[in-house]
Amino acid sequence: MAAHDQGDTWRFVSSRITAEELRISFAGDWSLNQHLPDAEVLAAELGATIHRLGFATDDLLGWDTGFLAILTALFKICAAKGIIVDQSGLPKGVQHLLALAAAVPEQEGAGRDQGRPPLLHQVGTVTIDYFHGLPAMLHFLGELILSLGRLLIGRAQFQFSDLWWEIQEVGPKALGIVSVICFLVGLILAYLGADQLRMAGAQIYIADLVAIGMLREMGAMMTGIIIAGRTGAAFAAQLGTMQVNEEIDAFKTMGISPIDYLVMPRMLALLLMMPILTLYASFIGILAGMLIATTIFHIGVFEYYTETVRALALKHFLVGLSKGTVYGAMVAYAGCLRGMQCGRSAEAVGEAATSAVVTAILLITISASLMTIIYYQLGI
Amino acid sequence: MQGAAPIEVRDLTVAFGDFVVQRELNFTVAKGDIFVIMGGSGCGKSTLMRALIGLQRPTQGTVLYDGEDFWNAAPERQEQLKRRLGVMFQSGALWSSLTLAENIALPLTEYTTLPPRLISEIVSFKLALVGLAGFERLYPSELSGGMKKRAGLARAIALDPEILIIDEPSSGLDPLTARRLDDLIVELRDSLGTTIIVISHELASILGIGSNSIFLDGETHTMIATGNPQEARRSGPTQVRNFLSRGSL
Ligand SMILES: Nc1ncnc2c1ncn2[C@@H]1O[C@H](COP(=O)(O)OP(=O)(O)OP(=O)(O)O)[C@@H](O)[C@H]1O
Ligand SMILES: [Mg+2]
Repeated sequence: MAAHDQGDTWRFVSSRITAEELRISFAGDWSLNQHLPDAEVLAAELGATIHRLGFATDDLLGWDTGFLAILTALFKICAAKGIIVDQSGLPKGVQHLLALAAAVPEQEGAGRDQGRPPLLHQVGTVTIDYFHGLPAMLHFLGELILSLGRLLIGRAQFQFSDLWWEIQEVGPKALGIVSVICFLVGLILAYLGADQLRMAGAQIYIADLVAIGMLREMGAMMTGIIIAGRTGAAFAAQLGTMQVNEEIDAFKTMGISPIDYLVMPRMLALLLMMPILTLYASFIGILAGMLIATTIFHIGVFEYYTETVRALALKHFLVGLSKGTVYGAMVAYAGCLRGMQCGRSAEAVGEAATSAVVTAILLITISASLMTIIYYQLGI
Repeated sequence: MQGAAPIEVRDLTVAFGDFVVQRELNFTVAKGDIFVIMGGSGCGKSTLMRALIGLQRPTQGTVLYDGEDFWNAAPERQEQLKRRLGVMFQSGALWSSLTLAENIALPLTEYTTLPPRLISEIVSFKLALVGLAGFERLYPSELSGGMKKRAGLARAIALDPEILIIDEPSSGLDPLTARRLDDLIVELRDSLGTTIIVISHELASILGIGSNSIFLDGETHTMIATGNPQEARRSGPTQVRNFLSRGSL
């Protein structure tokens, strides 16, 4: 026999009718705003010998779905213990709502994931999934190549108006952020050079460091990363949303290849704009370097200019442009891949965008290292 | 092949991983049928549709179009077979970057060589058929849920397909519009000879226009009845009679 009263308005008393039968009498207000207990508090009253459970609710003043949730949980515990529950003591409304909730049995197999596994397990799963994703990545690459082939022989369902629209989205609208970031990178390079070269008394070579550094590496790299965050994520989110809305399915059932129609214009737009953006980025960086060198480190403008022009060999242009183009391809590939792989929920769209950026930066870094090694070996 | 049914489903099982949504489905849709796929929410109707229209490979069994095995056909042939279908998705699935008119015109420009003027006339006519005359220039995001569905139907019938597959045309519509849509479906069948598969749980529409049906059961994960819905209501299994009389048995 037990009585509970924590000062809240909900109360219950449990009493043994017989050695086998327990009755719980609810009293007071069992509403959600009354700091309701969980079902364990009630279940604690169920001794080992109990086989039947009944209820009394004469003093029950109020209840809402919170009460129902507790009861449902309690019934589950009873079912597990083999205790027979007699609901007749409950108010009619409670019985009806409980019956409604029980009308559709729990779908076995539908809630397939058994909660969240531990963190280490999750990390492992994510890593393994990443490698399991490789065949899909190659498959997508194959589809892209086929689509490009169709485009070249003029059999693709390709919309030049879409290409034009994407070019505007990708190129001009990125100029602002590219300018800011590459200006600052040029500034950093100039300071770095000034500090290192001062010891050798050769500060004029700041010009070489900034020019070659921007053109060969930093222009393309920074643009690639900006575009990954800006455009890659946008591609993934756009295509992902279309996946959620079944728009991509609608294309497929109409026999219109979503790769031709949606992915190709985006790929080509990036491939066309990236070299231009890279050049622009390098130019801004070099300009910033010149500004710093001439104002802070008192190098003559003409001197600096001549040294820069001398440093800018054609091969550096080619290296920068090729890197920019490859990074652009990587960003477009990652963005479109993750968008097309997107699941069917708002959450999946978010994941697709995140994953697009991560994949793009990974691919950019890998291809940057490869190209650096190759160009070094070739002596370019 | 002469005499074969437009659609025959054989031993079809659809699943997501280990979770079998529906197993061992067998049914035939005859030419000119208005074939209703019924069943409770979540029982797998839309999933079955995805297997019919080539979006989800069944784990077992296949779909025959005019006697031709769809799932074992070459990809190019699958594309050709799909061209006979017009599909309206449950969500409408309108292309969000295109206006209504462009949505409906796209299949026409892809697959016909009609002059642009005629295409825009066809577009206006199809929109008028579903009661959306004058909405040509709106984007899908500017439409209500029911309007999106109707526009989806207009796009599905853009090319006058031989087979029209519609996922829940009337849910979310007011009774009068739903009725108009039913009339349109019957009219398409009567005057154009379109074979129609409707996924529906709208009783009035199931009983009013369905000429044949299957009932998918969400608990046993398979079909438990087939036949004319009117007859199924009179003499089908209890669950089906219950379903078709709103559980008032
Ligand atoms: N992509 C998916 N991955 C895993 N399970 C899914 C997926 N899509 C649907 N399901 C499951 O398949 C079952 C059938 O879903 P489906 O969409 O076919 O139902 P439905 O009969 O069309 O329902 P409604 O009438 O509500 O539209 C559901 O249990 C659902 O949880
Ligand atoms: Mg559905």
